[in-house]
Amino acid sequence: MPPQVHNLQELRRSASLATKVFIQRDYSDGTICQFQTKFPPELDSRIERQLFEETVKTLNGFYAEAEKIGGSSYLEGCLACATAYFIFLCMETHYEKVLKKISRYIQEQNEKIFAPRGLLLTDPVERGMRVIEISIYEDRCSSGSSSSGSSSGSGSSGGGGGAGAR
Amino acid sequence: MSVMVVRKKVTRKWEKLPGRNTFCCDGRVMMARQKGIFYLTLFLILGTCTLFFAFECRYLAVQLSPAIPVFAAMLFLFSMATLLRTSFSDPGVIPRALPDEAAFIEMEIEATNGAVPQGQRPPPRIKNFQINNQIVKLKYCYTCKIFRPPRASHCSICDNCVERFDHHCPWVGNCVGKRNYRYFYLFILSLSLLTIYVFAFNIVYVALKSLKIGFLETLKETPGTVLEVLICFFTLWSVVGLTGFHTFLVALNQTTNEDIKGSWTGKNRVQNPYSHGNIVKNCCEVLCGPLPPSVLDRRGILPLEESGSRPPSTQDTSSSLLPQSPAPTEHLSPNEMPEDTSTPEEMPPPEPPEPPQEVTEAEK
Repeated sequence: MPPQVHNLQELRRSASLATKVFIQRDYSDGTICQFQTKFPPELDSRIERQLFEETVKTLNGFYAEAEKIGGSSYLEGCLACATAYFIFLCMETHYEKVLKKISRYIQEQNEKIFAPRGLLLTDPVERGMRVIEISIYEDRCSSGSSSSGSSSGSGSSGGGGGAGAR
Repeated sequence: MSVMVVRKKVTRKWEKLPGRNTFCCDGRVMMARQKGIFYLTLFLILGTCTLFFAFECRYLAVQLSPAIPVFAAMLFLFSMATLLRTSFSDPGVIPRALPDEAAFIEMEIEATNGAVPQGQRPPPRIKNFQINNQIVKLKYCYTCKIFRPPRASHCSICDNCVERFDHHCPWVGNCVGKRNYRYFYLFILSLSLLTIYVFAFNIVYVALKSLKIGFLETLKETPGTVLEVLICFFTLWSVVGLTGFHTFLVALNQTTNEDIKGSWTGKNRVQNPYSHGNIVKNCCEVLCGPLPPSVLDRRGILPLEESGSRPPSTQDTSSSLLPQSPAPTEHLSPNEMPEDTSTPEEMPPPEPPEPPQEVTEAEK
């Protein structure tokens, strides 16, 4: 039985990158930052649809919170304007605070859910908020032959997806 | 025997960013390449206000009220702060797609359109999306290799895609987009108020002093007054008009780019799907809404293997990290070119002819 990848460090050391999937933005609600929850076929053998959708929906929720137009954002905007925006030299905006939350959430999801399945989520902020990049790793120890980049249907998928067996 | 400390030069991401921007203060400041008109703006504001504080204010503070220079100072500081914020901040530049992402999108496009035989122009790359029950098209940017979000546009002067692109303003030396539109608006608003204020009090000064020593004597004593009145007069017509125009745009939640292209006007066009229908709500969203931080990460440190291979250069756009071929791909998209040219300037003085691309290093 091929060895399972348990954490991020092990993943980066022992696995080789097979391919990347990019989850695009969903503009059906306007220009606010939302990502499509459509399940990419490349992840079919790697992760359960429900887990994936839950992750993307939570991220969408965070972004909606960051861009929420309401009392607190108006207050922040007016206060900043009154101080000629000098207040931003010492204060973090609400958006920045939520982005930090998102980054911690992604780190947590990578450690708990994605890395054990040989996947790695990249924070959209590092890709200009355009895409959620999901790197799919092949376990180097298990299959030396499948380095061509096909992730679905390869022999090593059993190793990564052992915990989430169908 | 002295110990030599070797300081490793750290390469920051701004040094490798593609696009035609200049960066200062180790990446903290980001502007367009041509800054001449921005220096003119600074000179006019600083010069006029210096004259005002030096001459008229001294007389008026004594004769009328010391509050006059205080308010003038507040207006002056606020407009300078908003000007510098507009000019130095990231307008909302969308970073270009990395090679993996660009390849992925190309594959998707080919899957949709089918492979194009060699030598033929590929079909225009447009995706349709529905926003609030109206269809909005997303265009593919050949330079940045991304599908542009709605309301984003590619600025040909700065060679970047900018979110909620309004226009490229040479007077502030930067693009005006999502992240700095409110600063721009507050700048022109406060500049209008400052101009009106200085103009009005110059008239008051001349009137008061003429009563004592006569009109011509007044002008001889403070010749700067004539200059100030002239500058304020011409600035009034342009800046106040511009402020009025932008107030109209803010109330309708439109951008200059959309207004010029007529995206939401006309009988057969769709209504603006971004407007809340309420003037107050639109103003609040545009001016006081949440401010997204810059995604460029200008001051991030590049890993050593990437930074070691090329000499750092901010002006070097052709040898950027991304393997792009700028000129040839642009020719394939005539449908994109007319709309990509920078929007005409709004200020009455005509835009000076764009200098050749090889701007001198002295400008930096």
